[in-house]
Amino acid sequence: MEKRFVYADNAATTKVYPEVVEEMLPYFTEVFGNPSSLHHVGQQAKKALDSARARIADVIGAAPEEIFFTSCGTESDNWAIRGASAVYARVNKIEKPHIITTKIEHHAVLHTFKALENSGYEVTYVDVDENGKVSPEAIVSAIRDNTCLITVMLANNEMGTIEPVADIVKAVKAVRNIPFLTDAVQAVGNIPVNVKDLGVDMLSFSGHKIHAPKGVGCLYIKKGTRLKNLIEGGGQEKGKRAGTEGLANIMGMAKALEISRDRMGEAKELAAKRDRLIKGITSLPDTYLTGHPTDRLPGNASFVFKGIEGESLLFLLSAAGICGSTGSACSSASLEPSHVLTSMGIPVEICHGSLRLSICYETTDEDIDYMIENVKKVVERLRMMSPIYN
Amino acid sequence: MEYSEKVMDHFMNPRNVGVIEDANAVGEVGNAKCGDIMKIYMKIENDTITDIKFQTFGCCAAIATSSMATELIKGKTVEDALALTNKAVIEALDGLPPVKVHCSVLAEEAVKAALANYFRSIGKIEEAEKLDSACDGCCEHCSCDKH
Repeated sequence: MEKRFVYADNAATTKVYPEVVEEMLPYFTEVFGNPSSLHHVGQQAKKALDSARARIADVIGAAPEEIFFTSCGTESDNWAIRGASAVYARVNKIEKPHIITTKIEHHAVLHTFKALENSGYEVTYVDVDENGKVSPEAIVSAIRDNTCLITVMLANNEMGTIEPVADIVKAVKAVRNIPFLTDAVQAVGNIPVNVKDLGVDMLSFSGHKIHAPKGVGCLYIKKGTRLKNLIEGGGQEKGKRAGTEGLANIMGMAKALEISRDRMGEAKELAAKRDRLIKGITSLPDTYLTGHPTDRLPGNASFVFKGIEGESLLFLLSAAGICGSTGSACSSASLEPSHVLTSMGIPVEICHGSLRLSICYETTDEDIDYMIENVKKVVERLRMMSPIYN
Repeated sequence: MEYSEKVMDHFMNPRNVGVIEDANAVGEVGNAKCGDIMKIYMKIENDTITDIKFQTFGCCAAIATSSMATELIKGKTVEDALALTNKAVIEALDGLPPVKVHCSVLAEEAVKAALANYFRSIGKIEEAEKLDSACDGCCEHCSCDKH
C-alpha cells in the first residue's frame, strides 16, 4: 500500500474547516472593532458577538445570556470548579468545602481538584468500572453535608466512553441542588449535546476540538448558578470574565458548532468506520479495546497491546504517516502511565502499550485500511524485539 | 519529545536486535511496570565480545540506547565493555532529553548485568558481585547518581 498521511488525533485537536476560516476572515480586517466601543465599527463587532452567542446557545439548547466565552476548555473547567464551589460554600456557610469528581477526568479538572485539595478542600475521586463508566449511585453516595460541587465529564478523551451525565444529575439533584459541571470538551461536536436534557448547571467546551481555532472556549452557566468572577477588568462577559473578546475565534467556534450539528447525521457512518478500525486492530493477538464497546464517541478507537510500549509505537506509526496518541508513561514528562487506563483496572505494564486513534468525518475507508495494516506491522515489529513478548 | 537524528536513526534502524542462542553472557534489567526492560546477549570468546544482541521493551530512547550500547562494545574486550558508561552512550547518540537519561543508565546496567552473568559462569564471583546493581530501571525508587 502506498504511503499516506492519516491524521487520527482529532481528540487532541482538529483541522479548522475552510468554511470556519471563511467565517472568521472579515473579523480581522473589516469588522475589527472592539465590541465595547460605541462607534459604528465597535457596534458592528458587538452585533456579531451577540449573534455568535445566540447561535452557540441555540445549538446546545441554552439561552444566549447563559453563554460565556473563555480562552479554552481548561479555563472553563478551572473557572467553573473554583468559581461555583467558592460561592456555594460562602452562601451556605460551609467552612471546609467538599467537591466530587471521577478518577478519569482530564487534567484540567483533576489538577484543579488537586490544587483545591492543597488549599484545604476535601475531595472525592469516584471510581469507574472496567469500561470506564461512572454510576449515578457511586456519585450520590459520595455526597456529604459540605459538598459544594460535583463534576463528571460527558465523554472521556482517552478511551471515549460516554458517561450517563443526565442520570447522574437527576440523582444528585434529588439529594440537593449542588452545582454540577460537565466537561463536554470531547462530546460537543461529536454527539448531540443539549444542556436542558443533561440538566447540568455548567458545561465546558472548546473550539479547537470541533474544527474551530485554538484559543477559544466556552462555559455554559445556567441562569441562577453563581460563580466568582474569573478575571476583573473592562466588564466583558457580564463582568465575570473580563478581557477584550477574541471575536474572530468566537465567530469561528459558532460556525464550527453549527457545521457539526448539521453533520450529526454522518455520525453513524463515522461510528461504522470506527468499528471497522476496532475490529481490524483487535484481530491482533493480545490486543484489547479500552473503554465501552458501544457507548463511546463515534470517532474514538483506543487500544492496549501486550508486550510493547506506546511511545515507540507512536513514532513508528508517525514514520508511516499516521498521527495517533498514547497514554504511555514514557510519552509524558511525568513518566506516569495514564490515570484513565489504570482507573479501569488495566494492569500498569499493559497501560504502557496504549494507542488512541481518533478519526473524524474526513477519515476515508482507505485511511482505515491503511491504519489497520500499519498498526499490525508496527506492533509485530516491536513485539519481535520485545524481551517480554514471545 | 524531541530526539536527535542519531537517536531516531538507532530507533528506526536498531543495530544488533535479536537473541544469541548459545550466548555465554545474558543480562536483563528494568521492569514492565516502569515501562522499560532491556535484555542483552553476548558471545564472549578469548575475553572478547565476538557477538552481541539485544531485546528491548520500551520507548524510542530505550531502544536507541540499547542499540548504541551494543554497537559501542561489539568486538571489544571485556575490560573495554566494563568501562562503558551511560554518558558515553548519551554522547554517541548526540544527547538525550533529560527525562530519558534513565534509559542510558539502563543500557549501561544491562551490559554490566550480562558481564556479571559471564563472570559467574567462569567462577569469578568477586568480579560479578562488583557489578551487581540495585537499579531496576525505576527512577522512582532509585538512589543512583547517574541521572
